[in-house]
Amino acid sequence: MSDTALLTTPLDALHRELGAKMVAFAGYAMPVQYPLGVLGEHLHTRKSAGLFDVSHMGQVTIEADDPAALLETLVPGDVQGLAVGRTRYSVFTNDAGGILDDLMISKLSPTKLFLVVNAACKDADFAHMAAALAGKATVTRLDGRALMALQGPKAAAVMAKLAPGAEAQGFMSIAEYAVAGIPCLVTRSGYTGEDGFEISVANAEAEKLARALLAAEGVAPIGLGARDSLRLEAGLCLYGSDIDTATTPVEARLNWIIGKRRREQGGFPGAAIIQKQLAEGAPRLRVGIKPDGRAPARAHTQITDVDGTPLGEITSGGFGPSADGPVAMGYVPAGFAVPGMPVKLVVRGKALDAHVALLPFVPHSYHKG
Amino acid sequence: MSMYFTKDHEWIKVDGDTGVVGITAYAQHALGDIVYVEVPESGRELRLGGDAAVVESVKAASEVYSPVSGTVTAGNAVLADQPALVNESPEDQAWFFKLTLSNPTELEGLMDRAAYDEYVAGLE
Repeated sequence: MSDTALLTTPLDALHRELGAKMVAFAGYAMPVQYPLGVLGEHLHTRKSAGLFDVSHMGQVTIEADDPAALLETLVPGDVQGLAVGRTRYSVFTNDAGGILDDLMISKLSPTKLFLVVNAACKDADFAHMAAALAGKATVTRLDGRALMALQGPKAAAVMAKLAPGAEAQGFMSIAEYAVAGIPCLVTRSGYTGEDGFEISVANAEAEKLARALLAAEGVAPIGLGARDSLRLEAGLCLYGSDIDTATTPVEARLNWIIGKRRREQGGFPGAAIIQKQLAEGAPRLRVGIKPDGRAPARAHTQITDVDGTPLGEITSGGFGPSADGPVAMGYVPAGFAVPGMPVKLVVRGKALDAHVALLPFVPHSYHKG
Repeated sequence: MSMYFTKDHEWIKVDGDTGVVGITAYAQHALGDIVYVEVPESGRELRLGGDAAVVESVKAASEVYSPVSGTVTAGNAVLADQPALVNESPEDQAWFFKLTLSNPTELEGLMDRAAYDEYVAGLE
């Protein structure tokens, strides 16, 4: 495979130095695993701390007199109700109520929002925002900034040494402070189900910061392979797999991201459809699926009822190292979205026993505070 | 006993018309941590190059193809409970299945160790 056409992150040389196996992902050369391997990296993150390069993701600021009100025309989340210094998960919807991307929104000040969007969607997201907010807000791509995530139960202790006080930062909050003497923009968040931090830093300082974090006790570099198994066990959606333009937030069971005021007032793309589903229920729902045996069921595996009638598809599936068995998510008709409901998964032509399961597969360990 | 290799990284050890099949050290390293293995049942008829077994890492599922045609006489039941054995002992304890060869001349199309090592070296 040739890497010549791929973009690279500011940590590219470091990944190669660490022995990463690099793959193409969303147009970038990214580390899928390091010599520790996907299984070891996954387990290390759950018991210690892992450092993830997520610099391929899009960072953007929106500045205006009232950027929250403007952004609310594109997302169903309550952005106006978000306090300064707080972070919230949301989605961009389209006129059909489908999901264009999922994202994190942080309020830096009453006149400035900071967003993090998916790598594969970022060009479309930027164009979407620029078009919708033209003349009303200044939308700025932060292409000069890298992003890394420090995740796991030891993440707070590691941060405390490099940035005293960071350990007290509230869950889903944002703050600007120096980490290892380097100016950073830090949220207490992540996408593994563990406590952790996402750290935005100038490209030129990224490698220095990554080396400082990796030098801390208990920190290992973690690739995209473990990032995927960690978020799957945590029941978190992967855009393009579990959510896309053909799924609504209600179908994806992301109702909690739609603020009470927004449910009543609407005013976001696809509001009529989403409000109707909130009131009457969606025809199908995202659920956890636990195969009864040891065979993993991968994305696009057909889900049937016990008599073989098709119900839907697995959207993410694989082996969960912490769950110590296969785990999956998929969509089934609402009547089947009941924990314990027996279903079948058609794997290599065989109908394997499975059941609908509560998400997450591994309990979240977010910072309480 | 002779050992032969395929371009898909299976090995077969042959003694008369009896063969034992597994995947190579190179294959297990490329796949990474093995978390699931499915081996064929006794009596199943396999064709040269046909699907015979399944091996899955955390990331992906891969087919294991039969290096030769024949009838399965045993699947390695240990691998269901200890898939990681494929990482630990790929060319010895973690054999996938045994079979009776129906056409031993098919072995002529396979590589010996020296040829396989050269083939793998060319992949890196």
